[in-house]
Amino acid sequence: MINLIVDNKPVVVKKGTTVLQAASSIGIEIPTLCHMKLEDMDIENKPGGCRVCVVEVMGRKNLAPACVTLATEGMEVKTHSIRVVNARRTVVELILSDHPADCLICAKSGNCELQDMAHHLGIREIHYKGEQSTYREDTSPAIIREINKCIMCRRCEMMCNEVQTVGVLSAVNRGFNAVVAPAFEMNLDHSVCTYCGQCVAVCPTGALTEVDQTGAVIRALSDPSKTVIVQTAPAVRAALGEEFHMEAGTLVTGKMAAALRRLGFNYVFDTDFAADLTIMEEGTELLGRLSAYMKGDKNVKLPILTSCCPAWVKFFEHQFPELKDIPSTARSPQQMFGAIAKTYFAEKLKLKREELVVVSIMPCVAKKYESSREEFSMNGNPDVDYALTTRELARLINLANIDFRTLPDENFDQPLGESSGAGVIFGTTGGVIEAAVRTAYEVFTGKPLPRLDFEELRGMDGLRKATIDFNGTPINIGIAHGLGNARKLLEEIKAGTSEFHAIEIMSCPGGCIGGGGQPYHHGDVEILKKRQRAIYSEDKNKKIRKSHENPYIKKLYEEFLGEPMSEKAHHLLHTKYFDRS
Amino acid sequence: MPKIKLAEKTIELIKEICASFDNKEGELINVLHQVQSKLGYLPAEVQEVIARELNMSVAKVYGVVTFYSFFTMKPQGEFPISICMGTACYVRGAEQVLSEFKRQLKIEVGQTTADGKFSLSSLRCVGACGLAPVVMVGEKVFGRVTSPQVLKIIEEYKEVNVEE
Ligand code: SF4
Ligand code: SF4
Ligand code: SF4
Ligand code: FES
Repeated sequence: MINLIVDNKPVVVKKGTTVLQAASSIGIEIPTLCHMKLEDMDIENKPGGCRVCVVEVMGRKNLAPACVTLATEGMEVKTHSIRVVNARRTVVELILSDHPADCLICAKSGNCELQDMAHHLGIREIHYKGEQSTYREDTSPAIIREINKCIMCRRCEMMCNEVQTVGVLSAVNRGFNAVVAPAFEMNLDHSVCTYCGQCVAVCPTGALTEVDQTGAVIRALSDPSKTVIVQTAPAVRAALGEEFHMEAGTLVTGKMAAALRRLGFNYVFDTDFAADLTIMEEGTELLGRLSAYMKGDKNVKLPILTSCCPAWVKFFEHQFPELKDIPSTARSPQQMFGAIAKTYFAEKLKLKREELVVVSIMPCVAKKYESSREEFSMNGNPDVDYALTTRELARLINLANIDFRTLPDENFDQPLGESSGAGVIFGTTGGVIEAAVRTAYEVFTGKPLPRLDFEELRGMDGLRKATIDFNGTPINIGIAHGLGNARKLLEEIKAGTSEFHAIEIMSCPGGCIGGGGQPYHHGDVEILKKRQRAIYSEDKNKKIRKSHENPYIKKLYEEFLGEPMSEKAHHLLHTKYFDRS
Repeated sequence: MPKIKLAEKTIELIKEICASFDNKEGELINVLHQVQSKLGYLPAEVQEVIARELNMSVAKVYGVVTFYSFFTMKPQGEFPISICMGTACYVRGAEQVLSEFKRQLKIEVGQTTADGKFSLSSLRCVGACGLAPVVMVGEKVFGRVTSPQVLKIIEEYKEVNVEE
């Protein structure tokens, strides 16, 4: 144990603790900019570069950055002395001297850590005038890079390389010209970027943001010749409230439906309905492969991998094209919804597909890219027209002057708004596979499940495994979130050493609750855990908790699709993958 | 990603160099150094092979290539022209000589002419101060160069056709 004194208060900490952590343990928050740590997730960025966190250590000549300085026995630290505050202000003024003063019109305004810092330090004037860097803007189907606003904290680089192991972003050039960029400073859409958006999720400034489609949605809503419908992904309801200063983990399903109706959507539907549909298709595929395997068919591809995360799909298309026959061919819930909406539902309304506009609200930036993939359109008309993030929806709600917190709880419309609890848990890591187990078990064994909560599949560890007993047949299940974890399981499959029958993979740490389009967590992992709990409680409160018992799903098969994996289902609900290496 | 379109021979050479450093990521700088000394420059395709061999992302390789000014991604001209910018040369008019080269060749320092004949760079003191200002074309040294001589030097090399 180490004893030290921070701002005249004694602190005892374990060896290896930083001054930043020591101070925080007694409630003294030292401001940071480049440093970011997702506690318990093994995700940390500490380049020690920005020097905003400097503190005075008695007996040392130079100020020390608290985020990388270890606490030592007898150390005496001042975190907010005049000298420290002056140094901190100088550092921030220097950063601002090469930063566009765009706050008024910046997409990050109000959520920017640099803006907060300048405000917190009371900076009213920038004493250093220097050259301003100019860097072209890079627009891709999902992410905009406005690198003039980069402060070289390198959080994005850490996410992209260490957590996701995609390796698109790196610091390049040096000195004044240094930026974080893809190789050869090519545009993102020429790189192997998966659009997972985890770089966007951690960027403290407006240098990385999602492509804003709110304008296009407003235009569609005000076009009388269009019927505009909306679907909302499971993880959105567990996070949207945060944008309106509600406690993290508050479920706002009913208020969200009410807000969407007030925004003018003609029908308010639920992606969770399509998640149930995904389970029907993916579960049937899993069972098909399993029974073939048990009958001794050596050609059957196992494990089966989930395919509802578009960033994960793009990841294996680039990095493991030789495995492209292994993932389920089932489309993601977003795309299943789009395909059903523009056929089944359009027919019901007697509309041409061009007259129907499908908007999705997603926790995700990769969904923007997914909806733009060519195979998900017909005669140039996409199945999903626009995919907004949770943050963009919040902007729309504010723009329309809707007082979100006082809205009544309303229900989704039918027939594409009813879902089981299984559809809801798609929003967290472990949820898709638990939903699949609930259905596959009953279909496989012909017996009702003895229990519905599979605690062994839940949690936040990056890699998890469990064996579920299918009435005498043990089924080995793997779960990975974060693409670096997924890579480990894929390497095993490639080497032929994988023990699993089925694997769920989500690109974002935590699954979609931690998606790149969610309200910014600013490094607070508790927020993710609260969202996860909210998702499971919504599932628990549902009367129907298994996808195959959703009456509207049954009706859809009766009226339209026939049965899972039928020719029509194949055409509308399944897809194929491409070698992008 | 740009597709790799290097000659098989070149790829083999890069692989050998990487292997001689045990394909270690930590040896990247040495690998880049050797490959550049063999090929003259480090185009994107070459960096991609190196990244693959050392099992690292090409963004990181590019990051290092752009960090050190020694590394170049552009091919040198058939006749690389270097102008000494050491103190002695500078005070005796190297800057005017350099701008005359830029004007005549219509390129900037670090660039190569469209026909691939000439590239332009500036050097620190080459130790031939007695001859200041000094211009080198390949290995050949020209001393006491004045702006009017620039065109003559260029013309001289325009005629030359290296080993057909
Ligand atoms: S979106 Fe994901 S893969 Fe693309 S640059 Fe950002 S972190 Fe890397
Ligand atoms: S783009 Fe954003 S996250 Fe990346 S280094 Fe710049 S400021 Fe940091
Ligand atoms: S985990 Fe969810 S939010 Fe993240 S990229 Fe995949 S689908 Fe999008
Ligand atoms: S927060 Fe410590 S150096 Fe940036």
